[in-house]
Amino acid sequence: MSKLLFEKHSRNEAEWLPELGETEAKVLENIPQSLRRKKEARLPSVSELDVVRHFTELSQKNFCVDTHFYPLGSCTMKYNPKALDAIASLSSFSLIHPYQKADDVQGALQVLHDTERWLSEVTGMDEFTLQPAAGAHGEFCGLLIVGAYHRSKKETHKKKVLIPDSSHGTNPASAALAGYEVVQVRTDAKGHVDLADLKAKLDEKTACLMMTNPNTLGLFEEEILEIAQAVHKVDALVYYDGANMNALLGICRPGDMGFDIVHLNLHKTFAVPHGSGGPGSGPVGVKKHLAPFLPTPRIVKSGAHYAFEHDVPLSIGRLRAFYGNFGAIIRSYAYIKALGSEGLKAVSEHAILNANYLRVKLRELYEVPYDGPCMHEFVMAATRQKKKGVRALDIAKRLLDYGVHAPTVYFPLTVEEAMMVEPTETESKETLDAFVEILKKIEEEITRSPQTVLDAPHSTPVGRIDEVRAARHPDLRYHGKQV
Amino acid sequence: MQYISNTTEDRQAMLKTIGVSSFEDLLKKVPNKLRHFDWKLPKGVSELELLREVVEAGKSNHHFHDFACYLGAGCYDHFIPTVVSQLAHRGEFITSYTPYQGEASQGTLQFIYEYQSMICELTAMDYSNASMYDGASSLAEAALLALRMDGRKKILIPDTVHPEYRQVVRTYLSSIDCEIVAVPMKDLSVDLEKLKSLAGPDVAAIVLQQPNFFGVLEEARQIAEIAKKAGALTIACVNPISLGVIEPPGEYGADIAVGEGQPLGNPVSFGGPHFGFFTVKADLLRKIPGRIAGATVDKQGRRSFVLTLQAREQHIRREKATSNICTNHSLCALKGAIYMSLLGPKGLRRLSLINVKNAHRTRERLLKIKGVQALSDRPFFNEFGLVIEKDQKDLALSLRKNKILGPLALDRFYPQLRSAYLIAVTENRTEGDLDRLVRAVEEA
Amino acid sequence: MDTSKLRYTETHEWVSLNGNNAVIGVTDHAQKEISDVVFVELPKAGKKVQAKDSVMVVESVKAAFDIYAPMSGTVTKANEKLSGKPELVNQSPLGDGWLYELECSDPSQFDKLLTEAQYKNVSSQAAH
Repeated sequence: MSKLLFEKHSRNEAEWLPELGETEAKVLENIPQSLRRKKEARLPSVSELDVVRHFTELSQKNFCVDTHFYPLGSCTMKYNPKALDAIASLSSFSLIHPYQKADDVQGALQVLHDTERWLSEVTGMDEFTLQPAAGAHGEFCGLLIVGAYHRSKKETHKKKVLIPDSSHGTNPASAALAGYEVVQVRTDAKGHVDLADLKAKLDEKTACLMMTNPNTLGLFEEEILEIAQAVHKVDALVYYDGANMNALLGICRPGDMGFDIVHLNLHKTFAVPHGSGGPGSGPVGVKKHLAPFLPTPRIVKSGAHYAFEHDVPLSIGRLRAFYGNFGAIIRSYAYIKALGSEGLKAVSEHAILNANYLRVKLRELYEVPYDGPCMHEFVMAATRQKKKGVRALDIAKRLLDYGVHAPTVYFPLTVEEAMMVEPTETESKETLDAFVEILKKIEEEITRSPQTVLDAPHSTPVGRIDEVRAARHPDLRYHGKQV
Repeated sequence: MQYISNTTEDRQAMLKTIGVSSFEDLLKKVPNKLRHFDWKLPKGVSELELLREVVEAGKSNHHFHDFACYLGAGCYDHFIPTVVSQLAHRGEFITSYTPYQGEASQGTLQFIYEYQSMICELTAMDYSNASMYDGASSLAEAALLALRMDGRKKILIPDTVHPEYRQVVRTYLSSIDCEIVAVPMKDLSVDLEKLKSLAGPDVAAIVLQQPNFFGVLEEARQIAEIAKKAGALTIACVNPISLGVIEPPGEYGADIAVGEGQPLGNPVSFGGPHFGFFTVKADLLRKIPGRIAGATVDKQGRRSFVLTLQAREQHIRREKATSNICTNHSLCALKGAIYMSLLGPKGLRRLSLINVKNAHRTRERLLKIKGVQALSDRPFFNEFGLVIEKDQKDLALSLRKNKILGPLALDRFYPQLRSAYLIAVTENRTEGDLDRLVRAVEEA
Repeated sequence: MDTSKLRYTETHEWVSLNGNNAVIGVTDHAQKEISDVVFVELPKAGKKVQAKDSVMVVESVKAAFDIYAPMSGTVTKANEKLSGKPELVNQSPLGDGWLYELECSDPSQFDKLLTEAQYKNVSSQAAH
């Protein structure tokens, strides 16, 4: 069992910092007594060796892409090339300050500019901003642009955003943050946006439809052109949630489907590592008519010179200080550079191939509610297993014992006992076959010894966690004695 | 360069299993119209070429190994001990996902819990979340929290708060029925008299930045008292490194304390990714945005950590969530936690003091130069303003020649402050750097 | 508690009326559906509500449930015990797990709510 750092104590003189070279008292003369800290911050005191051991031990308790197959639907857990990490860490790119003069950071500005251009090409959009820090941040940005656009046309009555009931939770949360009322659109029996329901709900109060394609069931929305047309007819905009972009590279582009605004998750499709929950990056692309509303500043190029343009009169403003998660953006820049157009095409091709392969091999074991060709992910349901008394959650936990991270479970909300599987393009057939074998073994266990599955996981550092206790009696920080 | 693992044979075998003769057969649902487009993208390259080209592109950047950085204004050139990136960049941290499956992510969950604990110790606040994008957006989220409390609609923000932070708050609040009121400054700090007159019963929160954008130390306790009297929340936006010697927000009455965590072990990296910390007093716990890790036990009674209080978040509450945040800046917070562990209480104090010493010594030497005057005599931490009566272009050239980055020309943000500059001095600045800075200013 | 004197809503709340004063909670069916209650967001006294408004929220680990007002009125008090012991909602939904009290603006709304028999129909159809 891991001790907290707070529960360890060894020598820490912070010798990685030089000596003060003066008495404390002398230096403190510069700070008025009334503004000084009186009680010392009780940070843990441990030696460098103990810090290294502590965090190394912690790391060894984690599943990660570097060690485990991670078929988490809608997360795109692909291999994160190490070259990208090295590039982001180059001094020439990591040791530069955002307020340096443009002349002194031309390399950085070129990276930003080129990334904007390439993302525009990939998505079929006209202009990009790299400012948003994550997908949800991009959604908020996009929705503010929607609002600014309608206000510029004096259409102040457009207060509704339509969102499919199968959508990711950030969609309605972002819409609410941007001041909109959320209206849900139904998914039809085939797993697609119900066009009739959409048309019935579209009216002059609609500002925007937010959706993704392929949708959260991994199915390509065939009626997308009609959908976009219907939305544009009421002077509303169509927003593309780019979480599933890994399915479309080189195949088709959201810009061509009629989307007005797009956000991308660089920590999904564009290989930025997930970092245990972040940081990512959520660039937003728009069609020309929305470009004036993009956040400030813009990146501009004249001749061979790059600069910032701060004068963006119709801009929605700023969503964060500085220009974006540069350390993440440069990884995607390098990724696109390394793969090129052929490599990007291969990404989606193999992502779709791998997903369909698993779908076909797993449908004998699991119910696949929408069983036709899928894109880069598919949803299966543990309904047959539920009848035997074992649920998706239990299967997810048992997979951990077999060294595989569980697929996404209980999302989308529209499928009972949902398990969303996204293998990604970087996995081999060998790995996929092994995954199928594991699920077959688990199926046998469900029949012969279901308790093994119900009590899983058994081999992870901890077993099933008491989440009820964690929520009823929140223990959110160390309160104990200083060791 | 491709990172595909399937061989050509694999591909054939898979198509056969799926029951199609070609990959195209899987794309029948995609309208033909959409399949034809012109892709203007470069041709892929090998890793060898990639690194060569990117290193070449980086050569035009003036970076901290060649130039001494006197720029601050929200992110700072602090020394990052080697251990921080070595540990944080382990594959198990960097390629791991959000710890929704707790049993597979105890490493992540424990470091989040430890980070939360350390940040609370630093700020003397009660609870922290697992991180947000940056200081500016954390401040905006704090303002949103205050506006949701009990119907009050005004937020008071002094002009001494970072201009970009104020812009971000304005953008975040732009679709909400509320009013942002600017509090004027006097001598580079909050005008307390004006603040008192603005602090009425319709004010949801008063914001202060400590140290403020100019590096000046505000009368934080007095500001918090004014807020309390008006029944408003106090939102303090603080520099974490300063908390080694400066009174932390929890002690002077802040209800919410946010700030930019970059100085804690994260490289400047042209402005991101950094991380925003978000801490509150106990009564605001349920209103906190973002993820939180909590301690509990597993079935066998072993200590375990898990994401908790999730019902506040977007994946459950959807449009009623406390925020829309999903992905946060976990790895940056990890770097912060490792950095804080290496600091320990002694290190934090010494680091803070070195910054104070270096900054005050720098100001002292610069003030001796003809044409340089103080912008304010108020106390400051590691950043200060100066008037330098030299031609801006000549000064810029001279600084460049002497391999100095910065200082920041303040009229970029405050047009009324002509010939004024903001200078940040950290533990990384040497006497040699200072000699060059002095020479640069003298020679301009 | 004499459950036959209670009235119910389709959203699984129960109401007990005494003159103008109503006591409201969730039914046993509801607490089963919610599963382990981890937190109860109690309404503030003085809060004015219309019938069918969301008054407060009950949270489980994985979900949040709106609790709706069966009738219009003003919240007079909330069950503070639930702050420390949210599990009372599961253990005794019709007893110690009551949620809040309402001063009704129109007590006649009570008669329009579901009777015990009608509610039993609703909840058995909802169960799956």
